[in-house]
Amino acid sequence: MLTRTQCRKIVDLAIAHGKAKKVDGVEVIVSASDVATSRFANNSMTQNQSPSAVSVSVRLLVDGRQARLSTDQTSAAGVRQLVDDAVTAARLLEKDPNLLPLYSPAGNGSAPQAVRRFDARTARLGPDDRAAAIRSIIDAGKARGLNASGVYASGSAVQAIGNSEGLFAFHQESEAECSVTMTAPDSSGWAKAHNPKASLIDVTAMAQSAADKALHSASPLEIEPGHYTVILEPSAVLDLLVFLWYDFAGTCHTDKLSCFLDKVGTKALGDNITIHDDAYHPLQAGSCFDGEGLTRKQITLVENGLIKNLVHGRRSARVFGTEPTGHGVVEPSPMGEYPLNLVVAGGNTSLDEMIRTTDRGILLTRVWYVREVDPTAKIVTGMTRDGTFLVEGGKVKCGVKNFRFNESLIEMLNNVVALGPAVRTAGEEGFPAVVPAMKVANFNFASTTKF
Amino acid sequence: MRALAEHALNVADQLGASYADIRLIEQEFQLINTKDLSVAGVNLGTSLGAGIRVLCSGGWGFASTQQLSKAAIEKAVKRAVDTARASARCLETPVMLAPEPAYNAVWVSPHTKDPFAISLETKIGILLEAARLMKSVKGVTLAQGSMTFIREKKYFASSEGSRIQQTFIRSSCGIEANATGENDRQRRSYPNSAGGQNELAGWEMVEKWDLPGNAQRLAEEAVALLTAPACPQGTTDVILDSSQLALQIHESCGHPSELDRALGQEINFAGASFLTPDKLGKLQYGSRIVNLVADATAPGALGSFGFDDEGVQAQRVYLVKDGLFCGYLSSRDTAHLIGLGRSGGAMRSESWNRVPIIRMTNISLEPGSAGSLADLIADTRDGMLMETNKSWSIDNLRYNFQFSTEIAWEIKNGKRGRMLKNASYGGITPSFWNSCDAICSRQEYIEWGVPNCGKGQPMQTMWTGHGAAPARFRNVQVGMAHAV
Repeated sequence: MLTRTQCRKIVDLAIAHGKAKKVDGVEVIVSASDVATSRFANNSMTQNQSPSAVSVSVRLLVDGRQARLSTDQTSAAGVRQLVDDAVTAARLLEKDPNLLPLYSPAGNGSAPQAVRRFDARTARLGPDDRAAAIRSIIDAGKARGLNASGVYASGSAVQAIGNSEGLFAFHQESEAECSVTMTAPDSSGWAKAHNPKASLIDVTAMAQSAADKALHSASPLEIEPGHYTVILEPSAVLDLLVFLWYDFAGTCHTDKLSCFLDKVGTKALGDNITIHDDAYHPLQAGSCFDGEGLTRKQITLVENGLIKNLVHGRRSARVFGTEPTGHGVVEPSPMGEYPLNLVVAGGNTSLDEMIRTTDRGILLTRVWYVREVDPTAKIVTGMTRDGTFLVEGGKVKCGVKNFRFNESLIEMLNNVVALGPAVRTAGEEGFPAVVPAMKVANFNFASTTKF
Repeated sequence: MRALAEHALNVADQLGASYADIRLIEQEFQLINTKDLSVAGVNLGTSLGAGIRVLCSGGWGFASTQQLSKAAIEKAVKRAVDTARASARCLETPVMLAPEPAYNAVWVSPHTKDPFAISLETKIGILLEAARLMKSVKGVTLAQGSMTFIREKKYFASSEGSRIQQTFIRSSCGIEANATGENDRQRRSYPNSAGGQNELAGWEMVEKWDLPGNAQRLAEEAVALLTAPACPQGTTDVILDSSQLALQIHESCGHPSELDRALGQEINFAGASFLTPDKLGKLQYGSRIVNLVADATAPGALGSFGFDDEGVQAQRVYLVKDGLFCGYLSSRDTAHLIGLGRSGGAMRSESWNRVPIIRMTNISLEPGSAGSLADLIADTRDGMLMETNKSWSIDNLRYNFQFSTEIAWEIKNGKRGRMLKNASYGGITPSFWNSCDAICSRQEYIEWGVPNCGKGQPMQTMWTGHGAAPARFRNVQVGMAHAV
């Protein structure tokens, strides 16, 4: 894995070569990933991958034009060639009257703040360590007559950014991810976790939880679709709300694409909904600088239902006449910015309490293949899977066949009747975030499927 | 490159691998985005590296490197071998490979104009001209365009003697008009949504699709949709245009016929399949006119190749013949699990640093005999024509699906009627395909490209193709997506 010094050397080399070419600005991003993934299914290892990748990309500003080029050739010759090619490409383009100069840390506040999210032991985990974890999951499933499948990944990644205005920022992070599916003849259960520190992932507990769900949802009942009270476990909450995140981007508003258009400063969601973007939250992961090297700020997006703030990269901040919030994506991009460190404020209602206070409802472990249907009403569709239960009389009664839902996320966030504690959560539709379980009234299931 | 490949295979052999292959891949790409009348991004890049796959003690191991020195290759081979030995400790049965001849071959995808020889000014000029035409329509709030060009050179060598050089040229282009009204937003895309059309072809495909020539019509439709009536909820006959049908095929036939899914190997993420091996040769998947074929040999189709990423020659395999489910997309390590003597040749990876997995090639619906789209509309008393995908979702066994399209039209007494917005339809896969009673003829057949098919952990995206002509389905549920 590249060190800070090695990244700095690549950045400095590209900047020096760009300056020698008399360009107006050079921005360099170095990324490296060394995350190995072991996959298993039907109680056997099916794929075992140890890939490794480094890439360097350069954005050059030349006479009012800009171009970004990338390569995975990080030798001195490769980096110089990259800069030469970028100069050639930039000169082929039309001038961009809206082009901003590169970010200058001296003129815009402090250098990006570093956070420590690197655990050497996690980064060092090898194929034998992953195989041992997987063996234990398989054994746990077999002991209960179940078929185990899943993934265990571990490794580390680095990200560095520098520019000819004096910026240099470096972030190193370890990561571990485990997900488990336990299957029985007509049912299944699932669990997933992602953390910078492998020791905080309890594979034994995950295997047992997935096994419990598989066994408890056996012989699922088919019940009528319709509007139900639902209890969404955190992964289900995350994989729904991820479809709202870009609606908080300034560029999404200038493009007139957001469902919160003209609603900033107004109350659009329930009193109990508060959402922050906070790269410094102890349960978060990722770097604390954005795609142009600006320090990420802590932003309150929603406060007690009020749409309070948007996030801005430098371009959208200029349009809005405000300061950038440090959420810009790598430029050039039509996207502008994106909140990456979501924290949805939780409550103090446990999952058990949500179940105990429900006369009739549905408990969801996981949602699947969620897609936007209506961008204005923010209706999304998707399926339930791997642990869908009928709750009756305050108890989990039985498993039920899976549903398709068509649900407005705006309506859903006005119908939240209870919140669990916010926890670090991983799903499959987007990146991990800190979200609570939710109990939601009047959730719309449109149809059922055959299992 | 060839010397490095030989070295890798020798090292793998010395370390005890019973099988090894190496893919050395060089990619060059151009991504161009425009937003209204500005260039929103020009991203150019290259990538070069090697992926090494080995079998040791019956277990798979994979490692990759972008350092193309002998020492780095040796290190990567050793890492792959160590990983394979760890795999062997978690096996019920050792991996077995179906036999495949060794090939010495060179293959180049068909193209007439090298897109990398066309200037950036020309490419951007076309997108900005299309944007100008879209923005000239009152009510258009955002006009976007994109082009992507990829050149990929791939060298494959295996311990069984294959030595295969392939070159791929992939091109895509598309435009999109958005209109935002008081409480509504509508979008129209051309030639298709999600980035437009994608082909295994050169610059000639950009010329063929004529983005500026379709820009104004597209923009006018986007604006007209704001005031169009909404698709009613109910049951009716539906004609799907060929691009929407392509995605229907992708989701409800392509994915469920992947043998790794059918065997439960992808159940943790992408899901499994209702097309389990016990249904092979028995399940009436669709009506008698439904013939679905996995054709990796179709010229110009996005999912075509000469050889897959484990050196199996491209094939044409029926998945559904006369409506009967009869075949799978398979690999060398899954073929024997259902008694196949040979892999169907569907193993591909998105890059040198990813392991090959079973992917769709070109999963296509063979044309029928219903004539032109106009003929099919004329033959439909009461129904709906739906065009261009907007939203898609299907359950993890591929039964329950729901799609939305950007635009639809009523059909009354054989004539195309008023425009409808917010169109959606859904159903259960085998029932839906068994309701197919008419497929347009060859003249309406288009090989659509889907370049972003996601599968695997870590997620890999893949270039897949789907040939289709418009088809009619009887008694389909429509309009449910917005009924919340």
